[in-house]
Amino acid sequence: MHMADALISPAVGGVMWAATAGLITYSAKKVKEEADDRKVPLMGVLGAFIFAAQMINFSIPATGSSGHLGGGMILAILLGPYAAFLVMASVLTVQALFFADGGLLALGCNIFNLGFFPCFVVYPLIYRKIIVDDLTQKKILFSSLVAAIISLQLGAFGVVLETVSSGISELPFRTFVLLMQPIHLAIGIVEGLVTAAVVSFVWKARPEIINAAEHSVPIGKIDMKKVLLGLVVAAVIAGGALSWFASSNPDGLEWAMFKTSGKEELESHETVHTSLSGIQEKTSFLPDYGFKKSEPAEAEPEADVKTSWPAIDAGTSVSGLIGGTLTLLIAVLIGLGLKRRKVKS
Amino acid sequence: MNNIGKNSFDIGYMDTLAAGDSLLHRLDPRAKLITTLLFIVTVVSFDKYTLSAMTPFFIYPIVLISFGGLPYGYILKKLLIVSPFAILVGIFNPLMDREILIQLGSIGISGGWISFISIILRFVLTVTAAFILISLTGFNAVCGALIKFCVPRPFVIQLLFFYRYIFVLTDETERMVRASSFRAFNSKAIGFRVFVSLIGNLLLRTLDRSERIYRAMCCRGFDGHIRIIRSMKIGYQEIIFTFGWALLFIFLRYSNVPLKLGTLIIGVLK
Amino acid sequence: MSHHIVEAVDLHYTYPDGTVGLEGVSFHISHGESVALVGENGAGKSTLLLHLNGYLTAWQGTIQIGDYILTKKNLQAVRRCVGMVFQNPDDQLFMPTVFDDVAFGPLNLGFTQDEVERKVTEALETVGVEHLKKRPPYKLSQGEKRSVSIATVLAMSPDILVMDEPTSSLDPKSRIQLIELLKTFRHTKIIATHDLDMAMDLCERTIVLHQGKIVADGLTLKLFQDEDLLHRSSLEKPLKMQKCPVCSSSLTTHTTVLR
Repeated sequence: MHMADALISPAVGGVMWAATAGLITYSAKKVKEEADDRKVPLMGVLGAFIFAAQMINFSIPATGSSGHLGGGMILAILLGPYAAFLVMASVLTVQALFFADGGLLALGCNIFNLGFFPCFVVYPLIYRKIIVDDLTQKKILFSSLVAAIISLQLGAFGVVLETVSSGISELPFRTFVLLMQPIHLAIGIVEGLVTAAVVSFVWKARPEIINAAEHSVPIGKIDMKKVLLGLVVAAVIAGGALSWFASSNPDGLEWAMFKTSGKEELESHETVHTSLSGIQEKTSFLPDYGFKKSEPAEAEPEADVKTSWPAIDAGTSVSGLIGGTLTLLIAVLIGLGLKRRKVKS
Repeated sequence: MNNIGKNSFDIGYMDTLAAGDSLLHRLDPRAKLITTLLFIVTVVSFDKYTLSAMTPFFIYPIVLISFGGLPYGYILKKLLIVSPFAILVGIFNPLMDREILIQLGSIGISGGWISFISIILRFVLTVTAAFILISLTGFNAVCGALIKFCVPRPFVIQLLFFYRYIFVLTDETERMVRASSFRAFNSKAIGFRVFVSLIGNLLLRTLDRSERIYRAMCCRGFDGHIRIIRSMKIGYQEIIFTFGWALLFIFLRYSNVPLKLGTLIIGVLK
Repeated sequence: MSHHIVEAVDLHYTYPDGTVGLEGVSFHISHGESVALVGENGAGKSTLLLHLNGYLTAWQGTIQIGDYILTKKNLQAVRRCVGMVFQNPDDQLFMPTVFDDVAFGPLNLGFTQDEVERKVTEALETVGVEHLKKRPPYKLSQGEKRSVSIATVLAMSPDILVMDEPTSSLDPKSRIQLIELLKTFRHTKIIATHDLDMAMDLCERTIVLHQGKIVADGLTLKLFQDEDLLHRSSLEKPLKMQKCPVCSSSLTTHTTVLR
């Protein structure tokens, strides 16, 4: 499943983007180092292949439902982890831009969930460990199944963590996990079977392709420690920077506010801020999830939270609704007006 | 299955729109990219119960669509197509969050519904902004901007090549699927085995194609580096555009204009 | 810019899977000649063409392009001389826009941005598609793609133009336009084709390949009259040289009426 802009908070989105950006940079460097000229057109057309293949639905035998290809594992098998990651990232980017699959802010999450796990975790640590020397039908099937299941479980769990830590959706952690993981287990099995079937197909028709891919990919050179370290560093930096920005320390924001719009706004901002921290309190399902944003808010007793809501009294909320509807109407009118003006000229 | 042709037509259509000639089209892609990103980040930064404060943000897509000469109907249609996803995502909120937050006379609106509508609003705004970016700029130009922003070259080159061949591959896939459907008795979805054989063949052909492209590249002196010329200029128009919108976004984000408007009206009515 | 000859001496090539590609192919093509390369599918036409710019390396024999004997070291120089246009334009147009595709070659050869732009404009004007400069390749018709493919090669200012099935999948009008265009080129031209009518129009000389060997090499018109040769090489006479179905049928009906 894809993460969506609608569910993500800027903090989580930003952190994941930082991680993804780091991975893209690292992968790009490695691909350049590999200096395999043939990969340039190959990556491009394989991306288009995955894109096109994902549009075909097939019926899953014994069930009534249909499935489609993810493709991360096939890419990793044919291209190696770095190139495969870039290809997955490119496919997801185009899908986000043109079909709103997820959105631009959540794109970082999606590339991470659907790219990092299959290419950098499952492929080297699982797939390659199973397929050590020779390829057999059984090995292909087994490794594809295990690889697909695990990478999808990890990806799904990533979605859960990102959604819950964003705090926009109301779905509690436990329910979400119990919803996502089993579904993705089923999807993983299907993906594994499809991957195994396609790899076998290619292997039987043109074994040299698979064999060449196995031998040309310098797996030994993936320094997993470096990758993980880089990720942690990027996440910490991004998380820290963003939490300062959305800082619970009102001074930082107020200062910026004052500079841009004047004193009046400070008052409305206070309300926004208190409600923000109030909400964070409400949505802290896991007590050990420390939201850096809400550090001072944690100090507030529960009672305060309950009383702050009625403080947004009916009067304010009604004005808000009226004002909001009016603004929308004005916007639409402006739009129509502009249109008519264009037609005239 | 039947989506294939429609999807590639869709992408192609957005490219056609991007070839238009308006003031907005002629702006440097970097300005449009930055503004779009600022917009999305600002919208998404609202807390989950925000409704009215978000509404002024509709001015951005509306102004851009109008001045860019983009077709409203097309964009709305695209929105509708992807909206079930947003609804699916947000529908849990009203179920889980039942606490009444707003009382309108005898009707109580729960926080869940408010956050649900907020999700929908957020979704509409961010998705429209992305569509508008592509429709006014074109994918290739956006990639050009990415290179200038020091996004790693191998990745952007990948984006360009991939995009170039989307149409070729979707064409090929559509033909294969169509051919197989003429021989199938189940018109719904393809069977597993047929799918595997289809995909397998497509993959083999793709690999062959890659080899032929590589051959053509070598014949024109390819040495591993892809060189692209793009002449881009940042002028005062771009600066006004970007900074103007940025300031507006910040202003709208931190001052709840609709709230003031509503209060004003209620004050007047009283 | 003098004697741009193409000389092949006793070329032998076998594919990795064991199929014989070329067997003892030798020929000499002079500066400015137009030569058609004909033969049935699998005769070795494409294989031979790929040797001419070093993409494939013969196991035995040599190739001389202009002053160079083809070796691994002078590949870049040779590729500047020999422009190759492939059968499927989609394989040849891989860049985001037409301009990018045509600029690809000159950029690889190290020209400056101004020089590249000049060369691109010239090449596009020559084939008559300058107005398509900013278009992405997928928005072109088959004929336009074909023209742009030729432009991508022309921009490198080659002396020798090698083309693989240039008229395949072109509609009649585009085909005529292409033939007219090619007639204006002063380059040495080597064209592999099934379109024997085009060969007649464009190439005064023809080489016939059959199962990797040259079975005939001479004046186009003369070869196409040799029915025995055509039959042995699994070829047919150009349509122009065959009996016109309309004329022959009206003759018979006329005769019937007269009776």
